[in-house]
Amino acid sequence: MFQTILKYTLLILAALSFIYPFIWMVSASLSSESGLGDLTLLPVDFTWNNYVTVFTKIPLDRAFLNSAFVAVVTTSLVLVSGAMVGYALARFNFVGRNLIFYLIIFTMTLPFQITLIPNYITMVKLGWVDTYLALIVPFALNSLSILLFRQAFQSLPDALIEAARMDGAGEFRIIFQILVPNILPTVLTITILTFMGIWNEALWPLIVIRDESTMTMPQLVTLFSVGGRAEGQLGVKIAAAVMLAIPIVILYLFFQKHFIRSMASSGMKD
Amino acid sequence: MKKWTPYLLVSPYILHFSVFVAFPVVFSIVLTFHNWNIIAPMKYVGLANYEHLFKDRLFWQAVWNTVRFLIVHIPLQIGVAILLAELLNRTIRGLSFFRAAFFLPVIVSGVVVTILWQQLLSFNSGILNRMLIALSLPRIPWLIDPDVAMYSIAVMATWKNVGLYVILFLVGLQSVPTQYYEAADLEGATDWQKFRYITLPIINPTIFTVVVLSTIGGFSLFVEPYIMTEGGPMNKTLSAVMYIYRQAFQYYHMGYSATLGFCFALIILFVVVIQRRYVEQEIE
Repeated sequence: MFQTILKYTLLILAALSFIYPFIWMVSASLSSESGLGDLTLLPVDFTWNNYVTVFTKIPLDRAFLNSAFVAVVTTSLVLVSGAMVGYALARFNFVGRNLIFYLIIFTMTLPFQITLIPNYITMVKLGWVDTYLALIVPFALNSLSILLFRQAFQSLPDALIEAARMDGAGEFRIIFQILVPNILPTVLTITILTFMGIWNEALWPLIVIRDESTMTMPQLVTLFSVGGRAEGQLGVKIAAAVMLAIPIVILYLFFQKHFIRSMASSGMKD
Repeated sequence: MKKWTPYLLVSPYILHFSVFVAFPVVFSIVLTFHNWNIIAPMKYVGLANYEHLFKDRLFWQAVWNTVRFLIVHIPLQIGVAILLAELLNRTIRGLSFFRAAFFLPVIVSGVVVTILWQQLLSFNSGILNRMLIALSLPRIPWLIDPDVAMYSIAVMATWKNVGLYVILFLVGLQSVPTQYYEAADLEGATDWQKFRYITLPIINPTIFTVVVLSTIGGFSLFVEPYIMTEGGPMNKTLSAVMYIYRQAFQYYHMGYSATLGFCFALIILFVVVIQRRYVEQEIE
């Protein structure tokens, strides 16, 4: 009995320490500057001013659309390219298959620090700086998604593919109309991991985008926070951070279990 | 189905790999032997970048900062994650609520977490110091004291990531057959003995995963020090990636920043290989 109480007390304290800071953040963003240091649940001197200031100083609405566009397009491309390559690796015997598999493993273990600067230079030479291409193309294919698709396709019965081939279906129809509907959990995992990764990425946009109208949300909020434009007003910075957190937290509330399962499966892979 | 079908299917990979992996790896090595500001022609300088790197106080400072980060971050992360996973392991009520709560910071951008913690850790108005005052304890200069700032960032990073590792440890703990514990109870084993001789060997691979991922994470820190302290005070929170960024985009030293990236990558691979070897010995 005593142990159960102790256990739940600890668990509740831990849960509070992860949730409460976010609640504080929302209420602080709706408080006046003087109420900021208080430990509150509800805003002190309720005001929308911090949000008004953020939106007049930086084009956060535009950045939201940029982030959404880049994340949706990149995720779609990762799914298409991952399914194609994963299918070839799972279902064909061809010269070079093992080589490609090892290259994928090599890519996954390669620290990004080594490719960061050369990739920036590639963007400069292609003339992609300040374009969506720079934000999308380098991430349009991803090793983990190929491996997950490969694994999923391997688990499907041969009969499924043979029947489709008898009907004269092309390989692309086989992949996207016949096989993919059978592995939707894998598709969901890859969608979540990619979308979340792209949505939260700040470093690469900071490197390749200088034009404010092409910036993504994390980048714009970062620059707003370190630059002088927030004029040292904490509430304004927090309001910008809340805006950045809201879309992904809403998705999390709907797909909680899938988020946790997807992230855990990617952690296991490493 | 034709003979070239698989090659058509893997062609996006080959193209992407050539442009964004193979070329940059080779070009990065070429760059380390040159000075270049992107605009003027590249200038061959032999080993000058490497010589400079060995004498560069800030390079070693960034390595040392990462070590200081990891010394706090890794044990704290493993300790807290195992504790929370143990608490959750035999919990029936509210399991999914607690799991979801611990996981919340994992899915949110590091930018959000850093801005939030910047306020929590503020010396004058931060909540943590207000709590210390309420307990009549002295305030802590979390981000102001050069010797403390990196540890504050390590605590923040633990708060952000630990939820993921709770889940991974929980999976490990749930794979331990309950008969083992029952048998141990019959033998009169203490809780610590049960943990040490039954649980620990089973979650050892997970511990290794956490150590490796945290090490890579430590060398990848960027937005955290960039937003929180801009690498200060006194460069004591300057991270590896921040220093690469600074050399490349403040000074336009492309050759030197490529050298930094190359050497940091070697350090990461070296450390991970050592960790793997150590863990394999432990398991045997």
